[in-house]
Amino acid sequence: MLRIGTGAGFSGDRLEPAEILLKHADLDYLVLECLAERTIALAQQRKSHDANDGYDPLLEKRIRRLLPLLLKKGVRLITNMGAANPIAGAEKITEIADELNLPCKVAAVTGDDVVDKIDKNATDWENNRKLSSYEPIISANAYLGIDAILPALETESNIIITGRIADPSLFLAPQVYHFKWSKTDYQRLGQGTVNGHLLECAGQISGGYFADGYKKKVENLAHIGFPYAEIDSDGRSIIKKVEGTGGLIDLRTVKEQLLYEVHNPAEYITPDVIADFSSVQLKEIGKNQVEVRNGCGKKRPDLLKVSLGYHAGFLGEGEISYAGSDAVERAKIAGKILKERLSEQIPDLRIDFIGLSSVHRAQFKEKSRPYEIRVRAAGYHYLRDMAELIGEEVESLYLNGPSGGGGARKKVTEQIGVVSTFVPRDQIETMVNIKERKWKK
Amino acid sequence: MEEMKLLDIAHSRAGDKGDKLSLSLIPYNEEDYEWLCENITAEKVKSHMKDIILGKVTRYEAPNIKALNFVCHNSLMGGVTTSLAMDTHGKSLSSALLEMEIDRIDL
Repeated sequence: MLRIGTGAGFSGDRLEPAEILLKHADLDYLVLECLAERTIALAQQRKSHDANDGYDPLLEKRIRRLLPLLLKKGVRLITNMGAANPIAGAEKITEIADELNLPCKVAAVTGDDVVDKIDKNATDWENNRKLSSYEPIISANAYLGIDAILPALETESNIIITGRIADPSLFLAPQVYHFKWSKTDYQRLGQGTVNGHLLECAGQISGGYFADGYKKKVENLAHIGFPYAEIDSDGRSIIKKVEGTGGLIDLRTVKEQLLYEVHNPAEYITPDVIADFSSVQLKEIGKNQVEVRNGCGKKRPDLLKVSLGYHAGFLGEGEISYAGSDAVERAKIAGKILKERLSEQIPDLRIDFIGLSSVHRAQFKEKSRPYEIRVRAAGYHYLRDMAELIGEEVESLYLNGPSGGGGARKKVTEQIGVVSTFVPRDQIETMVNIKERKWKK
Repeated sequence: MEEMKLLDIAHSRAGDKGDKLSLSLIPYNEEDYEWLCENITAEKVKSHMKDIILGKVTRYEAPNIKALNFVCHNSLMGGVTTSLAMDTHGKSLSSALLEMEIDRIDL
């Protein structure tokens, strides 16, 4: 029996649930998944300004709180908080261990940074555009699999810190390592990947991002417990949470998470296996306990997906509010003025009416008449000055637009775009770097 | 008969990969899976969300867990990193799907 818990499902996730798991779930491994698609490009940008940066911004806070518990309970931590700089992340962890006077061995996994290996004449996956058309390219990170983590597990380090690893692989690696599964046992690799995919978003399977207060009631969401799985040697798992915590695990939450960000459920492609989720069988076996079995899979792909980060220009935004029975009409006047004043410089200018049609770019009923509307203008330009024009023109509506406009705000953000490409697996070399802080008497 | 929407019989979660939006559709009552298979086609989803989904819609069936999965191409204004939309991930679009009006005479 192997127990793996998830202490974070994204970089900004809550801190307490991981502590609760460590204290009460009797875990073997804790995984912190903190690296979204665009997060690594932002981290590369930080690293380019400071060679000692580029790891997760919350790393220090998380490790300071979790390290004493991890060591006390003998739980190994696997995390991709290394982001663009796993070695600097590992150094920071040993620095914290030093301060806390705790012994700690950290293994940093590198090799995902493939910016020197990209063929710029190749095309991207999304738009079929030449990669060279995205210059300046600032990062390229390949999604590594269990091959990169298994050597780190062999080192018996307390903490394994990585950069870009496919999310389910962070969970599959300890299963393969613990049960000594063969890397061609596609059935077990498939089921182990199902377990990883279910756990990777933390609270999203234990009632987070689920409640609707109507049919999907969830109790005590404020104190949501994060999930852990009890896994047997065949990969069969039971998804649970610590008793007394808030949230909910049932067939509905598990089904939503099983299909989350999935395209063809019969072919979920990871660096380790092409997993088949369509064969999965789920069963509620108790309160907040769902049994998951029968996932399978087939041979892994030869190409690894790469996320390419590039400078996408400057996003300019401006907002202003109108209220009253005729708020919609005045908001529409404002929108028309902004279009006239800006369209020439910002061809793709977008005007949204927040409170009416902004979230879905559409209305399904035309009848509603909201009391307040916020007008939003947004657009891109490769020059900061031009992007700033958008917010400036929105602000100018105070004196030069319809009556009663209030609360104007403006913002310009330098945007990092991300597109995908592929790299042959045999071009990747991964390394394990050990940082250690020994016990001092 | 009272007006019914998909949200009365099913739930959904949206996900994003690049400019592709995925929308699960899961009946509260597993017995309704067959009805969803027969009635909620890819064409229907595309036409219901015509202002949002600009590309094709592919429907996948997952009979083991009694759920459908719709993959909607070219639906996120370029995707999370460069979209001009308010909801750049399209995470709220599950609610747009569930607004679909349906005819159910057997309820």
